[in-house]
Amino acid sequence: MSDRITEADVRHVAKLARLDVTDEEVATFTGQLEAVLEHAQDVEALDVDDVPPTAHPLPLKNVFRDDVPRESLDRDEVLAMAPAAEDGRFRVPRILGEAP
Amino acid sequence: MSRTASDIARAVRSGDLSARDVVDEALSTIDARDGEIHAFNLVLADEARAAAAAIDERVAAGDDPGPLAGVPVALKDNLCTRGIPTTCSSKILEGWKPPYTATVVERIVAAGGIVVGKTNLDEFAMGSSTENSAFGPTRNPLDTSRVPGGSSGGSAAAVAAEFAPLALGSDTGGSIRQPAALCGVVGMKPTYGAVSRYGLIAFASSLDQIGPFSTTVADSALLYDVISGHDPLDSTSISDALAPASPTLTDGVEGLRIGIVRELMEGVSPDVAAQVNRAADALTAAGAKVDEVSVPAAVYGISAYYLIAPAEASSNLARYDGVRYGLRVDADDITQMYGATRAAGFGPEVKRRIMLGTYALSAGYYDAYYGKAQRVRTLIIRDFAAAYEQVDALLSPTSPTTAFAFGAKSDPLAMYMSDVCTIPSNLAGHPAVSVPFGRGDDGLPVGVQVMADALQEPLMFRVARALEEAA
Repeated sequence: MSDRITEADVRHVAKLARLDVTDEEVATFTGQLEAVLEHAQDVEALDVDDVPPTAHPLPLKNVFRDDVPRESLDRDEVLAMAPAAEDGRFRVPRILGEAP
Repeated sequence: MSRTASDIARAVRSGDLSARDVVDEALSTIDARDGEIHAFNLVLADEARAAAAAIDERVAAGDDPGPLAGVPVALKDNLCTRGIPTTCSSKILEGWKPPYTATVVERIVAAGGIVVGKTNLDEFAMGSSTENSAFGPTRNPLDTSRVPGGSSGGSAAAVAAEFAPLALGSDTGGSIRQPAALCGVVGMKPTYGAVSRYGLIAFASSLDQIGPFSTTVADSALLYDVISGHDPLDSTSISDALAPASPTLTDGVEGLRIGIVRELMEGVSPDVAAQVNRAADALTAAGAKVDEVSVPAAVYGISAYYLIAPAEASSNLARYDGVRYGLRVDADDITQMYGATRAAGFGPEVKRRIMLGTYALSAGYYDAYYGKAQRVRTLIIRDFAAAYEQVDALLSPTSPTTAFAFGAKSDPLAMYMSDVCTIPSNLAGHPAVSVPFGRGDDGLPVGVQVMADALQEPLMFRVARALEEAA
């Protein structure tokens, strides 16, 4: 069994990702993530401390534009695609502990 | 649709061919065979006929509709089309209609192109076989017992089955080039930033690029020339003017230096490697100087990619939370709603990548995995730069094998290996194209990949064209 990633790790990660997982998925993902991380050992083993990271392939710095108003998305069109909307806003289930 | 896009546009612009006839032929070909192939999630028959009629009217009025006049184009279903369902082949977006249109689609329509439908893909472009679509797989038109490749399998199959002479795909780790290779068509990934990503539903934002599929190299160059160029709506799009690829397409390869990438020939099927060597001989015969070169860090591509891409995906896909669009599974509070919606809406591969990416970014592992992968990305870029001091373009297989059977790669890691030859160009942000060249022992097409340095599309297309002539 895995020592690189455990079922408890997988449950923790699922919680971070806001993804409900079944017991069966936890078992499957544990093995599969283990296999990918095992493969990544080649990268893990490299000494690259003096190599700068690349987050992005282009040497882009800040990209500026003039702050000019332009047409934006149509609010009604956007809200029409939401699972629930009310009074021009997205409607969501209860967030805090208050009464609904 | 056996005519090329270039031929169709020429004939429609001159009035020798009606766009309506072109579209009718495409739609009847789709009607006859897409039940079997399933290249499309959605066929836009009425919209395509109306657009064709409008093109014909413009030609009749003496107007020039543009370089894609009357040409049917299939769009991968992760490109937003206003008011038209855009699903990413995911249940989580089923029924969603975007409130805006991708820049590439606007440019195709402005050039006279006609959108005929939205093509199937691996859910959220995650996969190499189109088996991960929530709406069922696409079949390879050349052998329906085999996969078309992925993730843009629907677009590759649409071109291979002659449903449309042009299609757009997206390529994060090979998702245009690998299905192009497996379906025997041309598929090209531009330099990162050459084509606007505005309206492409994001998978891994530092790697994603949109690019063309076609039956000929000239048609891919034509579509690349239409869709490339700066877009203020994508702040990562390159602001300098880009050189078009079409004008120099037939300039040949005389005097060019081309390198076969040693590391990308290792572990590939012998019949595929044989075709790459034959392609090298053909380029030599055409006047190029071909040598073996080394890009040592390319061997770390798979590992680096499968940390970076899932990490970016886990962040990008956080937006599918049941609030603003798509599926919602109701629950008592919002946290439960998030978890239940995402569990019901995402398929297994997308979940796996979200989990992998979240893990790679989580406290305690970030430096060991994501940080390390980003440093390895620098090594790959450096090694490419060294190679491009010796040669003008690089050659490799596109895919280590020809099209494989459905279910043949049920182990995720085995499937990930399909991208071994294509991933390095995404990590470096360089352009690359797959050209059909010969066949494998099974009689199915082999794709040879031509890679070039950033913004060297015109040179890359010249090499691709020379290969096509020798194929």
